[in-house]
Amino acid sequence: MLRLEKRPNPSRFWLYATPVVAVLLTMIAGGLLFAAMGKNPFEVIRTIFWDPIFGQFAFYLRGQLLVKAGPLILIAIGLALGFRAGIWNIGAEGQYIIGAICAAAVGLAAYPTESRWIFPAMVIAGAFGGWAWAMIPAILKTRFNTNEILVSLMLVYVAETIVAKAATGFLKNPEGMGFPGSRNLSTFPATANPELFAGSGLHWGGVTALVMAILAWVLLSRHILGFQIRLAGQAPRAARFNGVNPNRLVMLCMGASGALAGLAGMFEVTGPAGQITIDFGTGYGFTAIIVAFLGRLNPLGIVLAGFIMALTYVGGEMASTNLGLPDAAIQVFQGMLLFFLLGVDMLTNYRIRLRAAGTTVKGAL
Amino acid sequence: MDFGGINPVTLIATLMVTSVPILLAALGEAVVERSGVLNLGVEGMMILGAIGGFITAVQTGSPVLGFLGGALAGAVLSAIFALLTQVFLANQVATGLALTLFGLGVSSLAGQGYNGIKPPATGKVPFGPLADIPVLGPILFGHDWVVYFSLAMVAAIWWVLRSTRAGLILRAVGENHDAAHALGYRVNRIRLLAILFGGAMAGMGGAYVSLVRVPQWTDGITAGAGWIALAIVVFASWRPWRVLIGAYLFGGISVLQLNLQAAGSAIPVEYLSMAPYLITILVLVVISSGKGKAATGAPAELGHNFHASR
Amino acid sequence: MLLEGLTKAYPGVVANSDVSFGIGEGEIHALLGENGAGKSTLVKMIYGLVKPDVGRMVLRGQPYVPAKPAEARRLGVAMVFQHFSLFEALTVAENVALGMETPPPMRELAARIRSVSEEYGLPLDPGRMVGDLSAGERQRVEIIRCLLQDPKLLIMDEPTSVLTPQEVEILFRTLRQLRAEGTSILYISHKLEEIRALCDEATILRRGRVVGTCTPRERTAREMAELMVGATLGTPTRSPRPKGQVALGVSDLSVASPIAFGTPLRGVSFTVAAGEVLGIAGVAGNGQDELLLALSGELRAPGDRVRLNDHAIGDLGPAERRRAGLVSAPEDRYGHAAAPDMSLTENALLTAAIRRKLTRHGFIDWAKTRAFAEEIIADYDVRTPGPGTAARALSGGNLQKFLMGRELLQDADAIVINQPTWGVDAAAAASIRQKILDCAATGAAVVVISQDLDELLEIADSFAVLNEGRMTKPRPTQGLTMDEIGMMMGGAHGMEVAHHAEA
Repeated sequence: MLRLEKRPNPSRFWLYATPVVAVLLTMIAGGLLFAAMGKNPFEVIRTIFWDPIFGQFAFYLRGQLLVKAGPLILIAIGLALGFRAGIWNIGAEGQYIIGAICAAAVGLAAYPTESRWIFPAMVIAGAFGGWAWAMIPAILKTRFNTNEILVSLMLVYVAETIVAKAATGFLKNPEGMGFPGSRNLSTFPATANPELFAGSGLHWGGVTALVMAILAWVLLSRHILGFQIRLAGQAPRAARFNGVNPNRLVMLCMGASGALAGLAGMFEVTGPAGQITIDFGTGYGFTAIIVAFLGRLNPLGIVLAGFIMALTYVGGEMASTNLGLPDAAIQVFQGMLLFFLLGVDMLTNYRIRLRAAGTTVKGAL
Repeated sequence: MDFGGINPVTLIATLMVTSVPILLAALGEAVVERSGVLNLGVEGMMILGAIGGFITAVQTGSPVLGFLGGALAGAVLSAIFALLTQVFLANQVATGLALTLFGLGVSSLAGQGYNGIKPPATGKVPFGPLADIPVLGPILFGHDWVVYFSLAMVAAIWWVLRSTRAGLILRAVGENHDAAHALGYRVNRIRLLAILFGGAMAGMGGAYVSLVRVPQWTDGITAGAGWIALAIVVFASWRPWRVLIGAYLFGGISVLQLNLQAAGSAIPVEYLSMAPYLITILVLVVISSGKGKAATGAPAELGHNFHASR
Repeated sequence: MLLEGLTKAYPGVVANSDVSFGIGEGEIHALLGENGAGKSTLVKMIYGLVKPDVGRMVLRGQPYVPAKPAEARRLGVAMVFQHFSLFEALTVAENVALGMETPPPMRELAARIRSVSEEYGLPLDPGRMVGDLSAGERQRVEIIRCLLQDPKLLIMDEPTSVLTPQEVEILFRTLRQLRAEGTSILYISHKLEEIRALCDEATILRRGRVVGTCTPRERTAREMAELMVGATLGTPTRSPRPKGQVALGVSDLSVASPIAFGTPLRGVSFTVAAGEVLGIAGVAGNGQDELLLALSGELRAPGDRVRLNDHAIGDLGPAERRRAGLVSAPEDRYGHAAAPDMSLTENALLTAAIRRKLTRHGFIDWAKTRAFAEEIIADYDVRTPGPGTAARALSGGNLQKFLMGRELLQDADAIVINQPTWGVDAAAAASIRQKILDCAATGAAVVVISQDLDELLEIADSFAVLNEGRMTKPRPTQGLTMDEIGMMMGGAHGMEVAHHAEA
């Protein structure tokens, strides 16, 4: 019989090995899934994980990786701060959308003025929009003890309705011949978030993501505030004993994750997306949850995880056009990754022992 | 008997139908949470139940088998949750979220080729002339069997939790798992059963969406109903009859909102369709304000994993 | 009941090795041993929670191999747990039903609870919520749960740690009544005087082995203690010292309890001078946790209710109070005083960041923090591979030494400690008490909250009792009698109406 036994000390080896094992297990299970769908599993896995980096069209796809990874990393870093503290903001998708709407509104209000102050103003508006949207669950949590998970999630649906209204109503392109959608911000120099180096895929969002990752890493590992965030998540009563004010922490973590999600939305609407559309929310806010866990809630790990997840997007699109793999299969694949990650995660804190009759035999792990 | 183009009898009769999915899901989740487990994957289990039920019903031509298929699909997905949280001791919040993301993906994958098909109809229970009684007829005797089943489940779960030994043990496990273990109860096994039950109920609720409410298959068909079910459990303080009240209240709001849209109300459509979510938030605020955890009736072990040490 | 050669090993530890002894019918048998001596593992084997690796048990001539507690209960073995296995949000009757195999319908059960509780002089209302009961009443729930099953063998694990002296007397009367009816009782304790007063035979465990058996009445407590510890014990030394200025003053402090089913503080007042140790006794659940929270700063009050060196600090949080010179050590080590999953270095940072200046502009000086952790480990003889070890990997006693060191090495003006030696073995407890006295000798004002009367009498200069959130006026420890202390502790809770069945 298998038995779990708590390790006295968390295993450092498994701390780093679990994401790798999870990715490998997902490849195996995903391969089986693809095989069951009548595809050649090896070809699909190669298309997803190998071709975007080393394949024929890698020169283009590598840039795409950065385009996808940027918002995922940016959002996931904010989420990780909260998750570390035991504060569950799962409405990043909504904050991403509202951030984009606020930024677009500022940009469109200034249209057609040309000024180099417009773009920074949009950055601030985007961050503010996401922050304000996240403040709703944060304030309700601190004032009324309302569950932040449910409120932040409900607000995603509200945000989706608002973005639909924006695309067909208050932000609609007056010269769009009646089609829904705003003006294309990426075509106006004052509001555009272009590639910084042609073909690299790196825009200001990617730069911000990397800078934020480093800042968050310093915060968590070197600063007393980061220590308090970790403490609050692992032992809430010890955190109060330390002097942490739980309400301040909720406001801080929710606010930070909201602002980062709003920023991601801002960089997206001015860059790759270009405009506000009815279906502007493409699920980055939810996928970022997977990224945060895959990166072990560690900012540097999240950068890596963001690229792996971007691979599944870019490679998945390739597999979709070249091999006819349905988009939903990629979504399943991403979900599986999170399952396997959570499943093997316990190896950090527990060890598996094989128990035969009467004697205890140390297991393989 | 019309008020602003809305007939109250029709409203009540319709809300009873509209509420079934969240009622079933919330009842299941209430049992799960009473055992001390927080499964946030209700939305995922519902949508998998929706497609599982839809496929079964279309393939077999039997709506009853469809509901069983939906329940089975929900239970299978909840089994993954049970495995991860009860055996591998994974974080319940994270695993619940994973369940939802995974369920949305799988349902969309499985549902390819089922768009635009009509499922076999679930007929009303024939009550004969009873259904023709004015006012009471449409409300009490004008529904399909699932509506009555959901009401019966409210009573059954209330009775089991309050008056049976199984219910007592379930509550005990949710209140203090260490003490329950010390008395010799198998905490994780009891929770596993509760989780499977919750999954089946959520799956059945999802099947009702795709087989009766809509009735057809589209991606993301449950549209957050699972999350609303979770909110209703909080609203109900984990008590079955209050779950019924919450679900009907919520169903009423949804129906009213749709009727207002149809009646061409002055309020823009977008704001009306936001209403269910905003009202859910409002209700959560009212319920949770000014009370500690003990006062709301939340099971003491909610969300805590159990591992027997030595 | 006969135990033969019971052995149970866990990876890295042998909890029980070749344990054999017998308990006669109508005998109260003491099982004596320090924390970690293997008492609880042995009991779990008898109660069917753990299977022995080797050895066998015999109950009334029949081989006894309980696979689970339900089977043990069916065969007539019942147990009263040290940390109650009760459900606070359920009623007394529901709690009793959970411990029975085939409980009768609720109404009938309630009637039986009433009749048994009257028969044994343990009054109890079956309809009440357990969370609202006092510790003594909760124990009655456990005992009645056992008695309803008409047990042949009753196991009691440290039953008196939560009782006032008067309540102990009532419990003993009940146990003697049971003995007279032929029930065997396995009585686990490390309180030697109690064992001498109550038990017929005693088996002493040390490091998982039986190191002796004796008839308690014929031995002195000291002899048994030395058998139990395996060494001669020293008592802490205290140097007489002049009383200094009042350092910590509390006046009319009332706070609501943040704990579910907790006890609010009602008008607590006391002062502690520099160099003085104030001992606060009381049965668990009478406001001890709340007092600690109110002093540590986790609960706030109007500023002037708590004063340190004549500054109002009642409205300050924990961090500001530390800066002002007040440190505290809560009872619960795993999760309150320490974060179990964090390393000792990180746990050192938890409370010492301010007074030991471990941060600069908010950035943590990890090297300095590690050095502080190493200092604690060396000074307080903490047995651990190093400061990188997770707190949860340390034994209770070792972690307690570390946490005591963390607070006592901060050179604070006032120190508040809740349960300094709870669950700590005798040698470590003695060294902790010595360190507390040393700290007072250097001029710190110390408040020790404890349920261990012997401990308080040993180290406290003045003595007070918390009872239902109210505190008695502190009195000099010297010259207090056990009877006076008992009366200060409020006598026996809810026993005013009790009529012990004098049949």
